[in-house]
Amino acid sequence: MENTVLKVENFSASFGDNRILKDINLTVPRNVVAALMGPSGCGKTTLIRCVNRMHELIPGATVSGRMTLIDEDIYAMQPIILRRKVGMVFQKPNPFPTMSIYENVIAGYKLNGIRIPKPELDNIVEQSLKKSALWDEVKDALHRKGTFLSGGQQQRLCIARALAMNPEIMLLDEPTSALDPKSTSQIEELFVELKKNVTMLLVTHNIAQAARVSDVTAFIYLGELIEFGPTEKMFTVPKDKRTEEYLTGKFG
Amino acid sequence: MTGNHVKRRLAEDIFFKGIVCLFAFISLLPLFLILYYITRNGIAVIDWNFLSSLPRPIGEAGGGVFNAIVGTLMLIILSGVISIPCGIAAGIYLSENKAGKLASGIRLSVVVLQGTPSIVIGIIAYIWIVAPLKTFSALSGGIALSIMMLPVIVKTTEETLKLIPYHLKEASLALGVPYYRTILKVILPSGISGILTGILLSVARITGETAPLLFTAFGNQFMNTNIFKPIDSLPYRIFYYAMSPYPEWHSFAWGASFILVVLTLALNLIARGISVKWKTRF
Ligand SMILES: Nc1ncnc2c1ncn2[C@@H]1O[C@H](COP(=O)(O)OP(=O)(O)OP(=O)(O)O)[C@@H](O)[C@H]1O
Ligand SMILES: [Mg+2]
Repeated sequence: MENTVLKVENFSASFGDNRILKDINLTVPRNVVAALMGPSGCGKTTLIRCVNRMHELIPGATVSGRMTLIDEDIYAMQPIILRRKVGMVFQKPNPFPTMSIYENVIAGYKLNGIRIPKPELDNIVEQSLKKSALWDEVKDALHRKGTFLSGGQQQRLCIARALAMNPEIMLLDEPTSALDPKSTSQIEELFVELKKNVTMLLVTHNIAQAARVSDVTAFIYLGELIEFGPTEKMFTVPKDKRTEEYLTGKFG
Repeated sequence: MTGNHVKRRLAEDIFFKGIVCLFAFISLLPLFLILYYITRNGIAVIDWNFLSSLPRPIGEAGGGVFNAIVGTLMLIILSGVISIPCGIAAGIYLSENKAGKLASGIRLSVVVLQGTPSIVIGIIAYIWIVAPLKTFSALSGGIALSIMMLPVIVKTTEETLKLIPYHLKEASLALGVPYYRTILKVILPSGISGILTGILLSVARITGETAPLLFTAFGNQFMNTNIFKPIDSLPYRIFYYAMSPYPEWHSFAWGASFILVVLTLALNLIARGISVKWKTRF
């Protein structure tokens, strides 16, 4: 399908003998925010780390099943090529401490040794920082170290770093859980803006956040995908009893 | 609780503090005495002539330590060229591979090397290099000293890199950066201050070593810059001047000691400066 960015079919993932994800089937359409919800330890992080194949870096980790990124088999691609097409933002902001704000944004090019003329780099930096709503705050301090920014600003810098590579999809693992409410709402507004250009897979523990920003939601429980569909529908008339219990705070 | 009790406690407190201060002072004493004697006896000898002339034959007045300074610098460069790449590579390997046969082998060898008396290392270098080449040489001295630097560099590199948060490595890998580039461009630069500090401290450690040079670099009263020939060094020159029966040469030994101590002190201070100033903020 033209409109599908990520397709997950009969996908399982394990750490050694411990099967974490069980037969996941999921289709993420273009230009949406897809929320991944579920109780702690259910396998949300594992699932998104399978999308950019960071999961397999852990000794003993294995996967089975299929994942495709715009009709390309993820597990047949070179990981380093795949990862340039898939942006990732972590729970804790992690700008590179030795690099300036400017260098952080273009880190994906710089560290990969991709040579680009300076005016074009300037443009990438400006556009990426504008997209991540950080430009106005840092445009006069581009050559200061990224670690001098506030936590929320650092996280937006990390989002800009991922956006600079023009990814097909962005993986966001609880990107606001280490931030204060104001930075959180800034970043939430950002997601709504960003989805015009990029698809986002957002892991969140915050049910209200999923309701505010996501178009589709997946509910995972003990490694199984219990329910997947439009956020509005799931939040108003959940099909599964476990989804309902989670949404009403009975567990999680 | 009576007033007497409190008074006794307070007295004990003061007594304890006094004892701690006293012993702290005693442990500082040697440092000050060494600096005092070396400065008092050494500084008078130091002038341009002393720094820039070669040792004279017995019976001739004057002379200096120029060849010894050049020799010591050459030995530092030689041993650095050998031990810095090896030490950093081994340190990276250890921090990346916590378990495994090679890792435990390296760890064991670091411990053993650190505990090996420097004279033994000198003898080993003699057997390996001096005997086959049939001549004392700067090269063999550099190798002996590099073996002494190695464990310090390996250890500090490993400790420094271990403190770098794992999420930085993940950030880089997630951008599609290959593993080796991640190590070279993200991990190493983040640990640069620790690694440089380790290198400087290891240089400071070997600058004053005499024992491993006795059978290797040997000493040379002439100027030499050929690494396959014997070479002079500050510690060897101090030894040579101090063992002589001539009062003027004794004062030369003090002068050379002064230079050596200032050099070591400077290395330590620079190392401290770097570890504070260039520290990476995560
Ligand atoms: N490196 C690892 N080695 C072995 N098991 C792991 C590892 N990482 C996670 N697990 C296991 O995998 C399961 C799923 O973990 P995961 O991190 O995907 O959960 P999560 O849904 O992201 O939880 P949370 O909401 O707390 O972040 C957990 O039971 C955990 O014990
Ligand atoms: Mg998680």
